[in-house]
Amino acid sequence: MHAFDYAAPANLTEAIGLLREKGDRARVLSGGTDLIVQVREDKRQVDLVIDAKRIPELMELRFDPGKGLTLGASVPCYRLYGSPELAKAYPGLIDAAELIGGKQIQNRASFGGNLCNSSPAADSIPALIAHSAVCRIAGPEGTRDVPVENFCLGPGKNVLKGSEILVSFFIPAAPRRFGAHYIRFIPRNEMDIAVVGCGASVELTADCRKFQRARIALGAVAPTPLLVESAAAALLNQEVGEPSIERAAAAAQAAARPITDMRGTAEYRHHLVGVLTKRALRKAIERAKEA
Amino acid sequence: MPGKVHVTTVINGEKREFLCQPLQTLLDVLRDELKLTGTKEGCSNGNCGACSVILDGLLVNSCLVLGAEVEGRRIETIEGVIGQDGLHPLQKAFLENAALQCGICTPGFIMAGKALLDQKPRATEAEIRHWCAGNLCRCTGYDKIVRAVLAAEKSI
Repeated sequence: MHAFDYAAPANLTEAIGLLREKGDRARVLSGGTDLIVQVREDKRQVDLVIDAKRIPELMELRFDPGKGLTLGASVPCYRLYGSPELAKAYPGLIDAAELIGGKQIQNRASFGGNLCNSSPAADSIPALIAHSAVCRIAGPEGTRDVPVENFCLGPGKNVLKGSEILVSFFIPAAPRRFGAHYIRFIPRNEMDIAVVGCGASVELTADCRKFQRARIALGAVAPTPLLVESAAAALLNQEVGEPSIERAAAAAQAAARPITDMRGTAEYRHHLVGVLTKRALRKAIERAKEA
Repeated sequence: MPGKVHVTTVINGEKREFLCQPLQTLLDVLRDELKLTGTKEGCSNGNCGACSVILDGLLVNSCLVLGAEVEGRRIETIEGVIGQDGLHPLQKAFLENAALQCGICTPGFIMAGKALLDQKPRATEAEIRHWCAGNLCRCTGYDKIVRAVLAAEKSI
């Protein structure tokens, strides 16, 4: 293992200063569930590990029912569940937070870390996309906002420049008749990496008969998590029911570009995209009707 | 070579200070620096839960925490589970229910069980099984472990 230094800056300015100094040789530490494994196994060599958990903005969890949720990039998954208010407003995020790893992992791992690791199979990313989450990124030149669906560029690659840090997510408050769901397929009940993941959200008309808005995101079927706009378009202003759900699932299948690997064949993943899109939509609709 | 980090922490209710390399994990520090070898190393990549400890009230894998990160924090390890009057009810229940064979996973399961019972003293069987998803045992199967946690609940 390559030896590294450790710093725990107390504020963003200090953290950006360190990143600026060390560039690619520094890496931000949140829960460590990916980073510590990568440095130990020499998959990643760094000279400096910057522990972000003492920076207030990265640990912030603030919910304003009128505006939305500010979720610090290093906030561990466990802080998301257990709150009935958040469960009601952000059901898709809670689904993801509850199924990432076991308790030990959920007590440390963060959505920000999951996004920055930029795995195509990350569970939190399709859920964040379904909920229209936007990243707040800080760097030496100030801050910029990037929608989550535009953050990843390829496996392990993303839009962060050398001296930038992901600070937080902003996730807009749910309107009435909004519902969301994240579902993944794994060959067992718990503790595995998604073969395919699907996040869906819908906003229904007041009478719950038509779709007013929808977002469908897929994981593990392309080099990055995908926002499938054609699937959402298949639902827009359509009657809520199986025919429109089928058309959205077909659009999602057409957008998926899966590969064959140890977790499943491309054909199998293609099939799963259809099944999971339908299941995610049905659950999101059920939740929207109750919201 | 990066310098060592000086860390002050509270382990099992006692203030402890140690020096560690930034690359040493909490597991390395507990076992190699502080000689608290009750916490076991299994996979060292966050899959098996053998190294589970309680950090500020939360169950974590000590192999996925850097020693330097625990400055000012409170840690509970298996060595601190025993009470003044002897074994903790969970420890007794593990013995009485023969919930271990080789014993490597046991400290991790006891810490997981303790974290659960601290938070939810009347957890159901399904909740226990779900909670223990991050702890692996390759000897007994999980039934005896789950029964031991259920038995411990009754005696607490």
